[in-house]
Amino acid sequence: MLTEELQQIPHVQAIAAMPGALQEASVQHGEVTLIIDPSRIVAVCRLLHDAHGAERLSGLTGLDWYPMEPRFEVVYLIHSVRNRYRLKLKCRLAGENPEIDSVYSVWRAADWYEREVFDLFGVTFRNHPNLQRILMPDDWQGHPLRKDFPVHGHKYSYRAE
Amino acid sequence: MSEQTSVVEQAALPQEEQNGGKRRTMTLNMGPQHPSTHGVLRVVLDLDGEVIRKAVADIGFLHTGIEKQCEARTWQQVVPLTDRVDYLANLSNNLAYCLAVEKLLQMEIPRRAQWMRVMLTELTRINSHLVWLGTHALDIGAMTMFFYCFRERENILRLFEMFSGQRLMTSYFRIGGLALEAPRGWQNAVGKFIRAFPKSIEQYENLLNANPIWMERTKGVAHLTLDDMLNLGVTGPMIRAAGLAWDIRKDEPYSSYQEFDFQVPTRTESDVYARFQVRMDELRESTKIVIQALEGMPEGKFQAEAPGVVLPERESMKTQMEALIYHFKIITEGFRVPPGEAYVSVEAPRGELGYYVVSDGATNPYRVFMRTPSFGNLIALGPMLQDTLIADSIAGLGSMDFVLGDTDR
Repeated sequence: MLTEELQQIPHVQAIAAMPGALQEASVQHGEVTLIIDPSRIVAVCRLLHDAHGAERLSGLTGLDWYPMEPRFEVVYLIHSVRNRYRLKLKCRLAGENPEIDSVYSVWRAADWYEREVFDLFGVTFRNHPNLQRILMPDDWQGHPLRKDFPVHGHKYSYRAE
Repeated sequence: MSEQTSVVEQAALPQEEQNGGKRRTMTLNMGPQHPSTHGVLRVVLDLDGEVIRKAVADIGFLHTGIEKQCEARTWQQVVPLTDRVDYLANLSNNLAYCLAVEKLLQMEIPRRAQWMRVMLTELTRINSHLVWLGTHALDIGAMTMFFYCFRERENILRLFEMFSGQRLMTSYFRIGGLALEAPRGWQNAVGKFIRAFPKSIEQYENLLNANPIWMERTKGVAHLTLDDMLNLGVTGPMIRAAGLAWDIRKDEPYSSYQEFDFQVPTRTESDVYARFQVRMDELRESTKIVIQALEGMPEGKFQAEAPGVVLPERESMKTQMEALIYHFKIITEGFRVPPGEAYVSVEAPRGELGYYVVSDGATNPYRVFMRTPSFGNLIALGPMLQDTLIADSIAGLGSMDFVLGDTDR
């Protein structure tokens, strides 16, 4: 399943050895991207953090592939300063009630990033300590970065009322 | 009164013995409009006397949906939007975005453009650090610093105006190189500023380095351990002040930074004073880089040879039909970027600035995610201020050097 290039990377090998974790692996422009089973994401992150020196979660964001299914992708940008590698993990989630486990227990940085994805994409993170909107007002309706949300918002209309 | 204890001693007591057995906390709102939050940041402080028991940052007041707007613009039109993300490090933002798109286009940038980019982003770093130093010192009470720093900053803004026609929102970098050729006489203008600048740094340090008030208010204040910082996602000068010599310019060189000779300054104390020292050293290193770029600036083109992506020259448009067609196509429709995704991070003045750009093959980005250093650093605000004195929170906030536009995007 892994190409020769990927087999040489120890942390990719370790994830591939976990049963049912790795779904796909690819390299593009020198960046390694692994598609992970959403139910295994915390275990994979824990392994990277504890055994492979990934002490940083550089960022965490979402992608909306509306109207395709599975609609959402949660993207984890992982970085190891010690072992000098960057890695992208992705989890694919269905459009109906997207839910995934929080990686807050591994990196506390995930706190705000997961809140941001919850706020702007409407993905729910289970076991998050404080899952509230972070950028939009608390009473905001909808999730602005979803592709079916208009750029100018719902509030203003250029047509005559 | 013999029973009177200081605030710090009070805080050290078990909770039930504080305030004579009656423990009361007060919730205080700092911001969203507060002079030392440098923008619209709200911090909710749970106070026990003068000790902060819990600090919760509330952001989002400056959220303008830049990431969403990017999806509705052509690739080239996104560049001015990136300026507005971090208005003190506009060129670093331009650079990170352009590098990410150029990675998707697999485009080779001429050496002169790369060096020009390095020189200007280092001037941006000096500019940003000067604003930080001026406002940080003003918060702590050293008013003169503010005038000195803004005096030098004015010269940098004049340089930016000379290059791009704009002082703040320069948008000088383009996908494929620079927007314009460097103006006539830029060597003299940059040289005059940068050769005089080390004297100014000395002047700042003379005012602050041995200043007892400055030391008292910054030494040992707002401490965070290195492990906590890594876990919380802190980057840039803050993490270098905790002893980690990690600089993206050295570890993952971009835009020919490997050709420059500079050091990565570090300290180990991880307090406000250490962060101050790291940034002062960075001013010196940036000066070194700008002087190297000035003296060794290679000859060549300022834009890549990429018809269909880079706008043709004015002259060729008057004589060649293809050039005119390309110009029309780029302006009206934009250019297409092959499907794929790229994450590029650069060392911005505040830390790791990353652009995660996704293309589905259209003329506008499918998604642009900005991993901004201020957002990453502010996550550490709560843990940093916990169990410190309220007066120290001002120094702590200042040492983080965040920009709220950068946080909220």
